[in-house]
Amino acid sequence: MRIIVCVKQVPDTNEIKIDPLTGTLMRDGVPSILNPDDANALEAALRIKDEYPGTTVDVLSMGPAQACYALRECLAMGADNAYLLSSRAFGGADTCSTSTTLAYGVRKLGDFDFIFTGRQAIDGDTAQVGPQLAQRLGLPIATYVQNIREVKEKTVIVERQLEDGYQILEVNRPCLLTAVKEWNEPRYMTVIGIENAYRKEIPVWDEKDIGIDVQDCGLNASPTKVFRSFTPPPKGKGEILSGTVSEMAQSLVAKLMEKHIL
Amino acid sequence: MQLSEKYQLIRKLARDFAEKELTSEILDEVEDTGVFPVDIQKKMAKAGFYGIKVPEKYGGQGSDHLAYAITVEEIARVSAVGSLYVNSPNSLGGMTILIAGTEEQKQKYLRPMVEGDIVIPFGLTEPGGGSDAADMRTTAVKDGDYYILNGRKTFITMAPFADYSVIYADTGNRPSGKKGITTFIVDMKLPGVSLGKEEQKLGLVGCATSDIILEDVRVHKDDIIGEIGEGFKDAMRCLDVGRLGVAAQSLGVAQACLDEAIKYSKERKQFGKYLYEHQSIAFMIADMATKVKAARELVYDAAVTKDNGGNSTLASSMAKYYASEICNEVAAKSLQIHGGYGFVRGFKIERLYRDCRVFTIYEGTSQIQQIVISGQLLGR
Repeated sequence: MRIIVCVKQVPDTNEIKIDPLTGTLMRDGVPSILNPDDANALEAALRIKDEYPGTTVDVLSMGPAQACYALRECLAMGADNAYLLSSRAFGGADTCSTSTTLAYGVRKLGDFDFIFTGRQAIDGDTAQVGPQLAQRLGLPIATYVQNIREVKEKTVIVERQLEDGYQILEVNRPCLLTAVKEWNEPRYMTVIGIENAYRKEIPVWDEKDIGIDVQDCGLNASPTKVFRSFTPPPKGKGEILSGTVSEMAQSLVAKLMEKHIL
Repeated sequence: MQLSEKYQLIRKLARDFAEKELTSEILDEVEDTGVFPVDIQKKMAKAGFYGIKVPEKYGGQGSDHLAYAITVEEIARVSAVGSLYVNSPNSLGGMTILIAGTEEQKQKYLRPMVEGDIVIPFGLTEPGGGSDAADMRTTAVKDGDYYILNGRKTFITMAPFADYSVIYADTGNRPSGKKGITTFIVDMKLPGVSLGKEEQKLGLVGCATSDIILEDVRVHKDDIIGEIGEGFKDAMRCLDVGRLGVAAQSLGVAQACLDEAIKYSKERKQFGKYLYEHQSIAFMIADMATKVKAARELVYDAAVTKDNGGNSTLASSMAKYYASEICNEVAAKSLQIHGGYGFVRGFKIERLYRDCRVFTIYEGTSQIQQIVISGQLLGR
């Protein structure tokens, strides 16, 4: 089997601050990490590889040259190959444009059995790129996958996470699955994995390599325009109730009723 | 020293591992029970921490001393005792076999050791010979294809749960008149091998230490590592790497002490101001940070010197001497900043302060490092 995993390098939003004046993210000095859901997607692929020897796991990303760092991390976890789509022409892409470019990248990689992506990236939080990529490649898709029950000859049976339970779906292969963090616990890299990751070459492909027209990628092909971004005003202070337990409970109930919560 | 991306990824691996696996709940439990969880040891082995510098053909990771130093540093930053488990197979026990063992011995011992299936401590120190390790009383007398070992090794880290042990013993005078020390690998199940009681240590609780007692232990000559009579030289070569490991441990613990001091000084208010707003505290932190940085440069320099094939004896001794001394100094200052809270269980600094005390003692005291450093410089 061959599995393609699409990953993104994102700023570590735990470390990020918002400029109070401009309302934009202050990205300077913020470390970049492998998007967490994408690590779950990769782990899912690696577990299939563990179970089915001979499976190849290839990782694909679009981003600046620095994104190679996240790709090396994927290699160090156990991916076989990594590819980066990188060019000035790809810059400023929204999800629509990103998925088009990724689709060209996937076509260049050739046949596959699965594409795995993370549910969403922690910087944009759109959860759009996976589904759009499936649409562009004409693939069946299952989003929010929390488990693979069985890989059959022509299909796969998956559990799709819902708010109050899960759905069991049988999906034709090849297909695209987007992973939620509940699927698995991503493995650690290994020291030898890191050594080997730096002995491998990561092919970097631009628009010519994947045969995409510059009008169809990057900012040129991004219909999304940011109208305004702002920081929501901070919440007011919490109120601490005092008195005996029953007084506090009564007062709490009254307040909740006043706000129509009860 | 600016680290390349590869080493940043090594650091990320070790840091992620330490922060995720060695939680404060687990470390408190280690402190209470004296037992380090076996599943974490297995996970360390799986991540490759036990065989960082061991070649791939013996099941190792094929990496280098810099990767080793960074890994030990990051594990020690969270748990000094945890880093001891990484140090041991990479330095003393494992190194002996790696530098002097036959191909067969390497295949036999290194692979299970780096996979975490067997533990091989390093038995050099004796009750009467710590710094003066060459004054060895353990003897090995030839008897056909066997050697009969008698003696006592002391303060042997991991001895209580060891499968084999590297044992240095006197095999008789050489023609030069000097003592001939030979290295053996001894199966701990052999008749005549027994253990002393587990030591109650000030720090590094969770990695048992005891004596190994040898009474008429018959060891086959195939279990000699290296040349007969050349053991002491090999031991000193292992200690070069061991000292790098202790230097890296010291660095990690020193960094942790600094981190704790900074954190606490931003939480605690006295005289209406946070501690860090008092210049007396701020300047202490400045001194600590400067020394930690200097120690880091020495440690990485020693590792790179070793990787480049240079004479690392001087660099390793300097790194071990300085890093272990400033670690104790930084720990004391950090505890001072914590005040009374630093003296009681519950704050991390209390454990760090106890754990680092041995760093200026084991694998060559600071005074022995001074002898080594001056000896290298003055040609004595």
